[in-house]
Amino acid sequence: MELVQNFPFITIVFSLTCGVFCAVLKGRTARNLCLAWLTLTTLMSFSVLLYTLRSDGYYIYRMGKWNAPWGNEIRVGVLEALMATVFSGVMVLSLLGGMHHIFVDCESEKTNLYFTMCSLLMSSLFALIYTNDLFTAYVFVEINTIASCALVMLKNSSKTLVATTRYLIMSLLGSGLFLLGIVILYGITGELLMESISERVGELFASGEYSLPLTVIIGLFSVGLAVKSALFPFHSWLPDAHGSATPSSSAILSGLVLKGYIIVLIKIFYRVFGLRVIVSERVSQFLFLFGVLAMIFGSVGALRERDLKRMLAYSSVSQVGYIYLGIGLHSRLGITAACVQILAHAITKPMLFISAGGFMDVSGGHKSMSAIKGAGLRDPLGGAAFTVGALSMIGIPFFAGFVTKLELTQAALESGTATMAIALAAIAVSTLLNALYYVPIIFNLFTRPEKSEYSDIRLHCRPDYAISLVTFIALNLGFGAFSDSLVGAVRRGLELFGM
Amino acid sequence: MPEFFGNLFTNYYETAAMILFGIGFTTLLMHRNMIKKIVGFNFMDSAIYLFLASKGYIRGRLAPIIVNGDTDPSKYVNPIPTGLVLTGIVVSVSVTAFMLALTCRLYDRFHTLDIDEITYLARKERG
Repeated sequence: MELVQNFPFITIVFSLTCGVFCAVLKGRTARNLCLAWLTLTTLMSFSVLLYTLRSDGYYIYRMGKWNAPWGNEIRVGVLEALMATVFSGVMVLSLLGGMHHIFVDCESEKTNLYFTMCSLLMSSLFALIYTNDLFTAYVFVEINTIASCALVMLKNSSKTLVATTRYLIMSLLGSGLFLLGIVILYGITGELLMESISERVGELFASGEYSLPLTVIIGLFSVGLAVKSALFPFHSWLPDAHGSATPSSSAILSGLVLKGYIIVLIKIFYRVFGLRVIVSERVSQFLFLFGVLAMIFGSVGALRERDLKRMLAYSSVSQVGYIYLGIGLHSRLGITAACVQILAHAITKPMLFISAGGFMDVSGGHKSMSAIKGAGLRDPLGGAAFTVGALSMIGIPFFAGFVTKLELTQAALESGTATMAIALAAIAVSTLLNALYYVPIIFNLFTRPEKSEYSDIRLHCRPDYAISLVTFIALNLGFGAFSDSLVGAVRRGLELFGM
Repeated sequence: MPEFFGNLFTNYYETAAMILFGIGFTTLLMHRNMIKKIVGFNFMDSAIYLFLASKGYIRGRLAPIIVNGDTDPSKYVNPIPTGLVLTGIVVSVSVTAFMLALTCRLYDRFHTLDIDEITYLARKERG
């Protein structure tokens, strides 16, 4: 076994350890430790990605070298390594970009706990990406829930407390259903590792036994994880939680946490049940329908919102809809588009939230549309980053968002007539709505207000903020430029899933 | 149909677990009082542990602890569900602790446990 094969395990376990250390250190030391460790995990994940690309396959890492029915396993393939690299990179950049706000928003003696929660969150995201065991997935889903609720709550205000309560309650309902699904599945198959369950489910499906429980289980998984990833009808908690937290938290929650649950859902669908069972159970049609509704109603919600961060949060609802649309097309191309959308949104939305944090700095801490008028002139770098992000969200060519829209359209063209018509119409309407709310903001940002109390405020350039935004812009353009190889890697990764 | 009800009575542990899960779920979702919501959450999780434990139990067999050097697996119940229940309990204890801490903060700020009233007060504060 090569050294690099150990890296996924090291990133999971040592991120937990890093969290423990951060809990006893002083704020600034904790910050340095957390950032250094997260940067290191990015490099490690990247080397794992190179390794998997070179060996063109996947490997199973057995914990403590125990064999299948007794031991716990993680599985590392191209897709997992790619996700881990992007997620850890985005985590570092989101923290850097909002660092100033973290130290302002948290009570001074509790700043180190922010970094504890970030480390725990990163560890759970790594575990959700890599794990091969359903119960481990449940445990890390709960760690993820607690850490992300704490990230919202660490800014101590009435608004965030109420938002956290709603977020926590909805998340717990979701994980309750998810756990029930795992338990019933264990009851009828007697296995917890994904490959073994997949074999048993294949046998049950072929013999036609337990068909009702299988439907119920798939329903429980879908609803449970859809609540947690804020799919439309279950999205009501998201704008409050993401809109009121400190910019780094909003960026991390919108960009990464929602995606962690969706990755688990994709893994369960296509590694545990397989495309055949999912298609015959018709769940994908429901996900498709709700994805379409989310794309439209998320955008309508954003259109009505006068508060910049809440608007970005509603935009996340519609972007999550795109992912579910891809999953709901139940074809290989559809899932590829969903995975590309996960990556593209993970690098775009945090950039928007971080630049929104910058605008708040130059607008006296306000984030309403009228207050941020002209903020792009007062904070040119933030303005540039917001423009790039907004254009990417609309789906202008050369940016990341365009790649996903292209992939989704291709996937839609491959499917049946009715599905194709609905999907294409939804993509078109949603793109139009995206343009309708993002373009006015860009104009608003670069219009000099006639009389404003904030017009003299200039942003004194903070290096961490600048580094974060410049890297985000570069990533977004890079994503557009190297889209072919990225999509190729995603496709290869999904092939290794056995699709 | 009679067979269906017969099954419900034969597997009465599972039936009870599902009813308890429903009670816990609705309490967590609908109840206005934070403390009762937490109780509901614990109901929900305990129901799942009851379900798991009853799945792993085999009538007439012993707990999977070797006492007299008897390693014949047919004498013991399935140990994995018990292990899962233990892990699950740890998770639900930590989530309960987090929720209680959150409730303390809410009570300190708003002097009430009613979630509707808290939402109303927070909105009024915002103006």
